[in-house]
Amino acid sequence: MLLIHTLSEEREKQYLLEVKGLKKYFPLTRGFWRRTVGQVKAVDGVSFSIKEGETLGLVGESGCGKTTLGRCILRLIEPTAGEVWFTDREGKRVEITKMSPEELKGIRREMRMIFQDPFSSLNPRLTVMEIVGEPMQIHGMAQGKELEDRVRTLLEMVGLKAQHMRRYPYEFSGGQRQRICIARALASNPRFIIADEPVSALDVSVQAQILNLLEDLKEQLHLTYLFISHDLSVVYHVSDRVAVMYLGKLVELGDTESVYFTPKHPYTEALLSAIPRVSHKEKMHRILLKGDVPSPLRAPSGCAFHPRCRYAEAVCAQEEPVLQRVGADHYVACHFALELALRGVEADVCG
Amino acid sequence: MIKKNVAELERGKSYLQLVWRKFKKNRLGLLGGIIIVILGILALFAPFFAPHDYYRLDADKAYRPPQRIRFIDANGKFHWRPFVYDMVMDVDPETFSRIYREDARKPLYIRFFVRSWEYKILGIRSNLHLFGVDEGSIHLLGTDRLGRDLLGRILHGGRVSLTIAFLGAGITVVLGSVMGALSGYYGGFVDMLVQRAVEVLQSFPQLPLWMALTAALPRTWSSLQVFISMVIIFSLLNWPMLAREIRGKVLSLREQDFVVAVKEMGGSNARIVFRHILPNCLSHIIVVLTISIPELILMESVLSFLGLGIQPPMVSWGVLLQGAQRIEVIGLYPWVISPCVFIILAVLGFNFLGDGLRDAADPYSVRRA
Repeated sequence: MLLIHTLSEEREKQYLLEVKGLKKYFPLTRGFWRRTVGQVKAVDGVSFSIKEGETLGLVGESGCGKTTLGRCILRLIEPTAGEVWFTDREGKRVEITKMSPEELKGIRREMRMIFQDPFSSLNPRLTVMEIVGEPMQIHGMAQGKELEDRVRTLLEMVGLKAQHMRRYPYEFSGGQRQRICIARALASNPRFIIADEPVSALDVSVQAQILNLLEDLKEQLHLTYLFISHDLSVVYHVSDRVAVMYLGKLVELGDTESVYFTPKHPYTEALLSAIPRVSHKEKMHRILLKGDVPSPLRAPSGCAFHPRCRYAEAVCAQEEPVLQRVGADHYVACHFALELALRGVEADVCG
Repeated sequence: MIKKNVAELERGKSYLQLVWRKFKKNRLGLLGGIIIVILGILALFAPFFAPHDYYRLDADKAYRPPQRIRFIDANGKFHWRPFVYDMVMDVDPETFSRIYREDARKPLYIRFFVRSWEYKILGIRSNLHLFGVDEGSIHLLGTDRLGRDLLGRILHGGRVSLTIAFLGAGITVVLGSVMGALSGYYGGFVDMLVQRAVEVLQSFPQLPLWMALTAALPRTWSSLQVFISMVIIFSLLNWPMLAREIRGKVLSLREQDFVVAVKEMGGSNARIVFRHILPNCLSHIIVVLTISIPELILMESVLSFLGLGIQPPMVSWGVLLQGAQRIEVIGLYPWVISPCVFIILAVLGFNFLGDGLRDAADPYSVRRA
């Protein structure tokens, strides 16, 4: 929205992905005639952009629309409104939401996704070879011996052994399965990967391995990530910039450091205060939010966060705050962004 | 290079190998499978197993009871080779009805791999038979009203009965899975259409509908035409059940991440349905297949028994049972209901097999601990 207009044309060019005012409303129908009785605003006017080679972390509670946003960008779910601009391999900017199915197939090679659940995202009937080779078959990139060699390389790249090729997914652990998913995502030589909670289904010890793998691959293959997660310490670890989402809207967006150390939105403050800490030196300043996330079916008036915000005032219930710039590359949607002194995290917390 | 060799050695097991490994452990399923295979072989090579031409009429041999295989003759002497006694017809002096008496004067030794009447299997002419006797005749299951060998006729009838069931179930499965997959995957209007069709077909009382449809076949049609129409009728009326089940399965699979992943990598709908969704319904399809085959065997028998199905001279188990419609016949010549035994064996066999396959067809469900 506003954010986009403040950017100069020149800067726009280096963005790999730009999302402008993306919306996804799910209609709620009832009765035989499927009358629409309401709308679930899963994603409600989200705008952001990602530079080439950057990792943008997207955080938020369960049900705030993170996954829907990720799938809308890839058009796995058709967005209701908004634009998604992508700079393809030749440097041409293309609008994904207006693409025909044939054009979209070409772009799917460059934009891939890693799914959350490594158990349901692999077809149990196919061997690893078939799973990892499938994107290459679909895009006609390799066949026969060549395909096999490429799968072998990919498996070794993600830390699996080549002799695992003929096995079925059920013979692997969660972490190994996620590596297979990563290999599958890399198979079509993508430039942009949406990682939808790639480690939240894994053990903590395995999480670190997968995160490091993703980091290494990013360096090696010049990838750009949109990293979706509800785990703030994970996001801190991998992201260059962070976007905080609440009820389908972005409430804060900025450099990882500035968002974590000097948050400007009360919701971000509350989220950050919930990061588990090991140190007992100081008393925990944990902010307990009142109530639950409101239903996106009946979002509160004004600022969606106001019923749970401890700094809320009358204006919050009436006017919806817009995303405004509060620092170098730091944007916040809060009426009192400049007045509030909010607590961030200490440098050592996230490690 | 060493690495490559290891990779070749580590070749995983194919789907069939995995299914077989699990299926082997189910004794009853294995038994069912063996019964089916034996029945199939017996039916396919019916003339080879039949000692006499089962189309030849012989009024002198009408309603001959089964001959017993013996080792000990009338004098109490033991013979190393099995033999039968020929039957001679006699007339009961009081009732004037036909009775058969064993002719104990001369044992007829059973010979194996004998050459007698000529037949043709799969285009190959032969006169080799598994067993037979040099002179006289051997009817292990007796003869029917027209003096034809019942064993041969049952084996031959199995061809029609089993073929109808296999073909009918096969078409059912193809039709049912395609309709179910379309309905579940596309949803919306297609789904509405298919589901209403299913409901209409399922709301008819089954037996009367089948009877009406088979009775509506023109009498002038040849038995082959009747046979083909019966297969079509069976499969047209049978697919709704499978379509319903596949639809449910597809509905749940459609939302799975691995299906979304195919869409995400740019795969077509056909790829999603035929490479990812339907193979995952395979265990379901196999089970429905093994359940509907015995159903069709029974239904064919019922209709043919009532004279509505297969028409003579084509022979099926149901047609053979037509000969046992009257209670007097069963009372006097109980061996004419022996086709029943084969029907029971086939139905039981398929049910056991289905049970075993139900567990084995999904070998990927085991997760390594």
